[in-house]
Amino acid sequence: MPPDAQSSSATGLNVAVLVSIGRHPLTARTRRADQDARAVEMALTLSGASVSLMHAGQHDSDNEEAIRGYLGMGIDEVRLLEQMPQADVVPVLTEALRASAPQLVLTGTRAETGEASGILPYLLAEALGWPVINGLAAVEKVEKGVATVLQALPRGKRRRLRVRLPAIATVDTSAPAARQSAFGPARRGEFDVQPHASEADSALTQWQIQPARKRPKRLKIVKSSSARDRFKAAAAKSDGGGGQTLNDVTPEQGAEAIFKLLREEGVLR
Amino acid sequence: MLDILLPILIFSALLLTVIGAVRRVRLWRQGRPSPVDVVGGLLKMPRRYLVDLHHIVDRDKYISKTHVATAGGFVLAALLAIIVHGFGLHSRILGWALLAATACMFTGALFVANRRRNPPARLSKGPWMRLPKSLLAFAASFFIVTLPVAGILPADFGGWLLAAVLAVGVAWGVSEMFLGMTWGGPIKHAFAGALHLAWHRRPERFSTPHNASAARSSGLKALKLDDDKAKLGVEKPADFTWNQLLGFDACVQCGRCEAMCPAFAAGQPLNPKKLIQDMVIGMRGGTDAGYYGSPYPGKPIGEHEGHPNGPIVNRAGGALVDAETLWSCTTCRACVEECPMMIEHVDAIVDMRRFLTLEHGNTPNKGAEVLDNLIATDNPGGFDPDSRLHWAADLNLPLMADKREADVLLWLGDGVFDMRNQRTLRSLIKVLRAAEVDFAVLGTEERDSGDVARRLGDEATFQTLARRNIRTMSQYRFSRIVTCDPHSFHVLKNEYGELGSADMPANYEVYHHSTFINELVKAGSLTFKEWKGGSVTYHDPCYLGRYNGEYEAPRDVLRALGIDVQEMARSGYRSRCCGGGGGAPITDIPGKQRIPDMRMEDVRATGADTVAVGCPQCTAMLEGVVEPRADIKDIAELVADALVIGQSTGKTASSKSAPQPQRTVEEVTP
Ligand code: SF4
Ligand code: SF4
Repeated sequence: MPPDAQSSSATGLNVAVLVSIGRHPLTARTRRADQDARAVEMALTLSGASVSLMHAGQHDSDNEEAIRGYLGMGIDEVRLLEQMPQADVVPVLTEALRASAPQLVLTGTRAETGEASGILPYLLAEALGWPVINGLAAVEKVEKGVATVLQALPRGKRRRLRVRLPAIATVDTSAPAARQSAFGPARRGEFDVQPHASEADSALTQWQIQPARKRPKRLKIVKSSSARDRFKAAAAKSDGGGGQTLNDVTPEQGAEAIFKLLREEGVLR
Repeated sequence: MLDILLPILIFSALLLTVIGAVRRVRLWRQGRPSPVDVVGGLLKMPRRYLVDLHHIVDRDKYISKTHVATAGGFVLAALLAIIVHGFGLHSRILGWALLAATACMFTGALFVANRRRNPPARLSKGPWMRLPKSLLAFAASFFIVTLPVAGILPADFGGWLLAAVLAVGVAWGVSEMFLGMTWGGPIKHAFAGALHLAWHRRPERFSTPHNASAARSSGLKALKLDDDKAKLGVEKPADFTWNQLLGFDACVQCGRCEAMCPAFAAGQPLNPKKLIQDMVIGMRGGTDAGYYGSPYPGKPIGEHEGHPNGPIVNRAGGALVDAETLWSCTTCRACVEECPMMIEHVDAIVDMRRFLTLEHGNTPNKGAEVLDNLIATDNPGGFDPDSRLHWAADLNLPLMADKREADVLLWLGDGVFDMRNQRTLRSLIKVLRAAEVDFAVLGTEERDSGDVARRLGDEATFQTLARRNIRTMSQYRFSRIVTCDPHSFHVLKNEYGELGSADMPANYEVYHHSTFINELVKAGSLTFKEWKGGSVTYHDPCYLGRYNGEYEAPRDVLRALGIDVQEMARSGYRSRCCGGGGGAPITDIPGKQRIPDMRMEDVRATGADTVAVGCPQCTAMLEGVVEPRADIKDIAELVADALVIGQSTGKTASSKSAPQPQRTVEEVTP
């Protein structure tokens, strides 16, 4: 997509993008994380918005390479909130966001390294008291502190939402792909390194981290004489069977339904 | 009367010419600095002009003879005219000499005029159509005004009317021939061309023998990446070096490059001649409305303009050239090979691509993905680098990491991930084993050579890959590298050297497998069955032929197999590209037809049943052409199929453990 394409007018909007260190699935080399790069892309296509990048983590050469991948998309500077390895970055990010007061915070749904639980945006939102939108697909317009956005739902569905800013939004692979990172701007981009006190994540130190293994997938045996049917069956996404769609329910009813499901599945006891 | 008028005409023309020259030099000097041997270059220029340049012009006998007569006659006539008519030295001998020179020039000009009667499409029209008339006017006028000097006619012959006519003729002649030289007329090519030859950016191209690899000087020049602030690549005309700009200005618009360009023939929006003219337009500032040659296919003339300090490519288009033009090039070098002015189109195109990739981040289509893959996985397909040797699981290939030294380092290339190329590699290994060659592979330590990254303008990734490969190879001892990929071959041979260092030199002896097999054949290490297949033609890969001058070894090997090669009309240095080089299949700029289809048409015209190739890219591109078509076989496959194993060569499959002749150890270089 041409880098100057504009998805909407957002003059004067302050957008902060939280970026993390990515990791290539085959070679484990550090790189820009795909979803975070899409978040940067989304920010850059908001015309007239001022975009600032933020990363909380260590400042070493591998990480610097990876973060320069975001700068190569055409951004001059990144703020690096320096932290010890295995620190809990939520407090420092909360503090930094509170101080810089952006109207919109964008980030990937989950990181490619570390815990990668995808819980960070929720913890930040909780600490800041801001709403969270997940699966942001496009920002349509921003007017008087209210953003109209499209949220991606499974199988290509979209939902139009209006959110009061400031808000935190996460993007996943349904957002437009990130533009190419160019070597020149990546190398020239500046690091604003700010050392911060780290709070060790005591839970994380207990963890043992090992490479993930691909889980074997059960093959469905389709008996059909036509290749087309067999192909369709092989390519089809499983519908997941049961489940129900709740429309126009009160938040309490919704919460009730989720609670019930978690009980049934044995997640909550 | 003429005695007064002629000196005035001649000297005022010369004065204006000098002023024009100063202005022209200023235009070139807008470029970046590039050190040259100023005096030495000028001294070597006549030889370069008369020998090296003539060598290329002579491929078109008609124009080469015409040019010798016209240009030779003109230079002599101009010098004598200045002496005789400018300084008024009316010596009879000089008069006769001037008559002879103008007569010679006149004859040449008649042939120029003849070529212009029905000019082929590759020639530019416009002012160029005027040129033969100007040449004739110059020659004829000076001939007649010199007749009295030679004593053939009385001094006051013809009276006022003739004198006036002659004065006009001389004025016309000197304006075109003197003024035009430096103020931008067609004759500009003589002035800029001579200086371009003197201060060429690749003086190696003028070394002899002409066909030697060094004289081809085809390796791209490395971009300095250590300066953090410098802009990378060429954004605007003034970012070229000054002698590149001078080179562009030397173009005679002969269109030989256009006639050979596969992208132009395929209807992609590229015409190397127009590209060079656009650079001249950019250097001067203005639009392309005054260009009278063939346009970029599908792009009307008059919609583009540029300035020395304006961007060459705009994201939105409309600047000097559009990005698709630059991305259409397959870097086949046919234009460079053909150009009588020795202009370096490919250098210029890659310079501009470097800016687009390294500064704009705008490599089209699959470009960005391929580059990301190269960075993350060391191969363009994004395959797991640990799976590099999976195809050879049953071959028990000797690894450099185990052997530490071998006579031959077999460079496998990224074809290891391609099922078609794996067949070629298997054949090559069969041949090497049959000849009991002591070889080893790098296996998973090998990385992409960086060829594609470099042609796509990503110099940073190229240099990273190259340096890592150099470091890997520096740990082992081998006397030569053999590869079946001409792109790796070229890059290892001609482009790694510049990136080596004192403790890690990167000057390797690199062999294309056809050359190496040819040596094995000559040494009698291989025995072949009789050839029983049908007729065979051979497709020269650009990166083996034009880039490295190897045309004979593959043909020798085919001959040794008992094959009588049916040559295509375009073969050898005029071979037509398969369309697979320069990242063209990755950037995939649409045209009217596909380049490999056109090449397959060339094959069909020979009636051959099989086309022999020597490159994984060519194999892939040509096999992509729909059937019915000739079979595509790599030279290694043809050789392997014809092998007779087990007589002179003994046991072969266990060559890994077989003791090797000791000589290989002495020969090795670290
Ligand atoms: S290198 Fe080949 S494709 Fe590129 S401009 Fe020259 S002739 Fe055309
Ligand atoms: S670039 Fe060379 S080959 Fe092409 S038109 Fe100019 S002089 Fe002729």
